Amino acid sequence: MSQYQGRIWKFGDNVDTDAILPAMYLNRTDPDELAARCFESFNPEFCGQAKNGDLIVAGQNFGCGSSREHAPIAIKAKGVSIVIAASFARIFFRNAFNVGLAVLESPEAARCAQNGDVLSVDLDAGQIRNESRRESYSFDPIPENMRCILEDGGLIPHIVSTMKSKRQ
Amino acid sequence: MGMTITEKIIASHSGEDHVRPGQLVTAKIDVALGSDPTAPLAIEQFYRSGAKRVYDPDKVVMVPDHFAPNKDIISAEKCKMLRDFSREQGLKYHFEIGEMGVQHVLLPEQGLVVPGDLAIGADSHTCTYGALGAFATGVGSTDLAAVMISGELWFKVPSTMKFVYKGRLPKWIGGKDLILHTIGRIGVSGAIYRAMEFSGEAINELPMDGRFTMANMAVEAGAKNGIFAVDEKTRQYVNGRAKREFQVFASDPDADYAEVLEFDVAGLEPQVAFPHLPSNSRGVSEAKDIRIDQVFIGSCTNGRIGDLREAATVLKGKKRDPRLRLIIIPGTPQVWRQAMAEGLFDIFADAGAAISTPTCGPCLGGHMGILADGEKAVATSNRNFKGRMGHPKSEVYLAGPAVAAASAVLGKIAGPKELGL
Repeated sequence: MSQYQGRIWKFGDNVDTDAILPAMYLNRTDPDELAARCFESFNPEFCGQAKNGDLIVAGQNFGCGSSREHAPIAIKAKGVSIVIAASFARIFFRNAFNVGLAVLESPEAARCAQNGDVLSVDLDAGQIRNESRRESYSFDPIPENMRCILEDGGLIPHIVSTMKSKRQ
Repeated sequence: MGMTITEKIIASHSGEDHVRPGQLVTAKIDVALGSDPTAPLAIEQFYRSGAKRVYDPDKVVMVPDHFAPNKDIISAEKCKMLRDFSREQGLKYHFEIGEMGVQHVLLPEQGLVVPGDLAIGADSHTCTYGALGAFATGVGSTDLAAVMISGELWFKVPSTMKFVYKGRLPKWIGGKDLILHTIGRIGVSGAIYRAMEFSGEAINELPMDGRFTMANMAVEAGAKNGIFAVDEKTRQYVNGRAKREFQVFASDPDADYAEVLEFDVAGLEPQVAFPHLPSNSRGVSEAKDIRIDQVFIGSCTNGRIGDLREAATVLKGKKRDPRLRLIIIPGTPQVWRQAMAEGLFDIFADAGAAISTPTCGPCLGGHMGILADGEKAVATSNRNFKGRMGHPKSEVYLAGPAVAAASAVLGKIAGPKELGL
C-alpha cells in the first residue's frame, strides 16, 4: 500500500501512550479489544467515531512515554491508515513499523492540518496533499527496508517471509 | 575524532572499531528484559515467527512486576504466560513475588546488568542502567521478540548531549531534583533520539541511587539512553554483585557532542513537576497551598534504600496528615528487608503509612493506590501524564522522597524546610 486518503483526526504535541491506551488495559493483547479502548478518555469522540481509513495528524513527540506496543497496535486495529506527526517519540516510531502501522514525519502537514480535513498521502511520490486546504507538502521517503517491513505487515511477518524466500 | 561512552559501547557490540552518530548498526545484546505487560506480546510474536528456543537462556530475563502480585484474573493469566515461557525455555532469571522487585531496581541490585553492557528491555525505563556506565534502552515487544530469537538488534547510533552539573549539592537535593530541573529546561522532547551523558562535580558527589533516578528519567526528555562514567562509587556498587566480568568504557576527551549544557546546582531548591508533564518542574516554594489526597513513595525512579532513608529522615516522629493516604513501596525484597532491619518500617508505620510488597502498582495506575476523580497525589515516580495514576481528572505531582514525605506530613505540597529540617 503506498497511497492513502482519509479524514484527519488532529492531535496536539506530546500525545503520550497513556493517552493512546491507558495502562489498565495493558494486560490485554487482542487488537480489537485494544482498538475499542484507543484514546478512550483522552479523546472519546475519536474512540467512538474513528473509522477505517481515517488518518491521525499530530504535533511534536507523538507517542511519548511508555514502550507499550499496545498503543500502535490499538491505532492500527482502529483502522487508522497512517499517522503523520511533526515528530515521534523514538520507541513509538520503532514500534509502529514493527507492528505494520505506517508513520511519517511532516512538520508542515502537522502545522496546517485541521480536524476533519481530508488528506492524501503518496508514499512513492513523497507527497502529502491537504485536499480541504488545497496545499501540498513533500517529505523524505520512508527508507526501503522500512517500506518492506510495512508491506509485509510488521517485523515478524517480514522476518518469516524473508526466511521463506531465502529457502526457495 | 574520539568517541563518547555511548558510541564506544555500541561499537564494541557491533564489531566496529568506530561508529558515528546516525550510523545504522546491528549489535549483540547482553541482557533482554521482559515484564508482564509487554512480554506476552513478545512471546506471541516469538512463536508466530516459528522460533523454538531463545538465543541464550541466561540473557533473557523475565520480571512480572507491573500487575503482580496478580491483581485480577487477566493479569494472573499474563503472569502465568511469562512463567510457562520461562520454564519451557529454561530461563535462568525469572523472578516470582517474594524475589521479584521493580525490574529496574532489581536487575542492577542482582548484578544482572554490569558496566559496559548493551541491555534492552520492553519497558521504557530500561534506560535506568545507564547509571552503571552501560548502554540501555527501552524497546517494544516485537523488538524484544527479535532479540529473543536472534540475540541482536539494529540501532541508529544516537548523538550525545553532555550535561555538566557544577557546584556542591545543597541539602535535600538529590538525583530527582537534578533530573526534573533538567527536563524543565530542555523539555520532554529536548533530547529526542539522543544520548544524555551526565557529568560534573555534583554528579561525582551523587550516590548511585541518585544516578539511577537520573538515568531512569532520561526517556522523559525523549532520550534513547542516559549514561554516567564509571567511578569509585560505581565500582563499589558493582563489586560483590556483578554476575559477569565487565569492561569499563569512558568518553574520549575529544569526543564530539551535539550540545553541552551547564547547570549550577548550588542554589537549586527541591523540584516538583506539576501536572501533566515531567517538564513542568518548579522549585517547591512555588507550590502554594496545593492540598493533596495521596503520597506515593517508591517505583523504579525512587524505590531504593537511599530513597527510603531520605523519606524516613523526614517522617521520623511525625504523622501523616489524616486527610491523605501515604503508600510506601520498597523496590525489591532486598530493599524491603534492609528498610525493616534499619527500623524504617517502624518510622513509616508510626507515621501512618501503608507499606507494600514490591510492585510497580500505583505508578502506572495499575493497582495498590488508584486515584479518584479530582484527587491529587505527590508521587516519587516518573510520569504525571493525564490519568497516569487513575481517573483522567486526577492530578500527579512528581517529586523526590524528601518532598513527598514532607508533603505527607503537611497535607499539602511542601519541602522539608517547612518542617524545620
